[in-house]
Amino acid sequence: MAISLPEDSPQSFAAPNFAPRTQERQSLGKVFEIVCLVCLLIGLLVLALLLFDVIKDGFVRMLQPGFFTGNPSRLANRAGLRPALLGSIWLGALILLISVPIGVGAALYLEEYAPKNRWTNLIEINISNLAGVPSIVYGLLGLGIFNGLFRLGPVLLSGALTLSLLALPLIIVASREAIRAVPPSLRQASYGLGATRWQTVSNHVLPYAVPGILTGVIISVSRAIGETAPLIVIGAVGFTAANPDLLSRFMALPILIYDWVSRPQIDFKYASAAGIIVLMLLILALNGTAIYVRNRFSVFK
Amino acid sequence: MQSTSQTSSSQSTAILEAKDVNVYYGSFLAVHDVDLPIARNQITSFIGPSGCGKSTLLRCFNRLNDLVVGARVEGSITYHGQNLYDASIDAVEVRRRIGMVFQKPNPFPKSIYENIAFGPRINGFKGNTDELVERSLKQSALWDEVKDKLKESGLALSGGQQQRLCIARAIAVEPEVILMDEPCSALDPISTLRIEELLQDLKERFTIIIVTHNMQQASRVSDTTAFFNTELNEKGQRRGKLVEFDRTEVIFNNPAQKSTQEYVSGRFG
Repeated sequence: MAISLPEDSPQSFAAPNFAPRTQERQSLGKVFEIVCLVCLLIGLLVLALLLFDVIKDGFVRMLQPGFFTGNPSRLANRAGLRPALLGSIWLGALILLISVPIGVGAALYLEEYAPKNRWTNLIEINISNLAGVPSIVYGLLGLGIFNGLFRLGPVLLSGALTLSLLALPLIIVASREAIRAVPPSLRQASYGLGATRWQTVSNHVLPYAVPGILTGVIISVSRAIGETAPLIVIGAVGFTAANPDLLSRFMALPILIYDWVSRPQIDFKYASAAGIIVLMLLILALNGTAIYVRNRFSVFK
Repeated sequence: MQSTSQTSSSQSTAILEAKDVNVYYGSFLAVHDVDLPIARNQITSFIGPSGCGKSTLLRCFNRLNDLVVGARVEGSITYHGQNLYDASIDAVEVRRRIGMVFQKPNPFPKSIYENIAFGPRINGFKGNTDELVERSLKQSALWDEVKDKLKESGLALSGGQQQRLCIARAIAVEPEVILMDEPCSALDPISTLRIEELLQDLKERFTIIIVTHNMQQASRVSDTTAFFNTELNEKGQRRGKLVEFDRTEVIFNNPAQKSTQEYVSGRFG
């Protein structure tokens, strides 16, 4: 609503040097808001379509007896995914165990301990670049180092180590951002009480940064678990009836899904949709745990 | 230039003493040639315009400037006769004995209890922590307001309460000196008054140095006052220096330097 001035107000109140165009400016803001809303809806809609499509094809198949417990089979309606599911659970747990401590440790060193000079700058740039390297390159690296140099062969541990390499730069970058976001006043308060650097880091910096670090962990581990290409290079198998252990050949869900999708029979299409649902549930469970921990840590913020 | 003689002779011995102190950030000289004795169980205020090095100097007294990359201190700052910047002195030990309260209240994002218990715990406190928390909160005049919510977040308190929590946190490690960097600048007048009253109680047990932009505050609370100002060096760079140091009533009523007179009467700065 426009403001009306009293009749007798002096001329200067009219402020002739200004053309406020309040209406125009406000409607421009409204337009921008709608554009943003449409962007959000496009993203959501595509995801919803994907979910709907997969659930429509795969939900019934997933609930069939033996799907979770059975072995893969060349007969589509008998095929189960137990070895692949166990393989992916193993991989997820190992990636967490390997890449999170190393990634957070590296980030802490870079942020809290390392001097800020040309060398640390160079290291930082390179870590960011590593986060963008295609996953197949990591697969080849793993093939050369873990399979070849360390003589592990195409086993689960080798796959887990390779995927950890893939997750590591993402975790380091996200952890550094989270650690950098810890207010300097918090560190000063701690040092001001006579805390050592380790006491400051362990009592204040790290707990404050945990939510941000976990966000990075969720993204990177979810990505690593869903990877197919590096595992193919490492030598994950498309069929095995044995449950995996650290040093055995192994299957993984993305590989099994890839195998099923590429078969001509329509029943395998349904099986692969069911496999996709299971993979999503696995990632959801992992994320749920991380979100739970994150909320526990942000209780006082 | 500095009239320090009459104060140091009329007061008890200095607990902290700055001698020929220059503070650099990289190659930039921030504080130039300060000589300043700090008397025990007194409140000393640092006043002066922004950028004159008051806070910088304050942070040298507990080596908090060590955390700033490129910060360097020349000259000596002695505490009971030992140079705080001697290679054998551990800054961690210094900071327990010389505590700090900051400009913006900065409680830890933890419970009120944890805020206070942290300092004693990391410093190997052997006594009863519950008692210590209660005593520290009582000494900082906060106990009655928070005694029923010690488990709640320190960040849920008002700004003035947060600052008193920070004071309680500082005194819980039983320091000898407390440095305060504009502790009331983010607070309303009523909270400010409470802190000023608190300072009078605290000076029985602690030696306090307070940086303030509030001239009335300096004249109300402090026993001695140091006036800092900026000057231009040969290259035209601005640097801070101590202009005058004396008993507070002298600084405010009968200062020796013209610039002090102008500053305390509000004519510049």
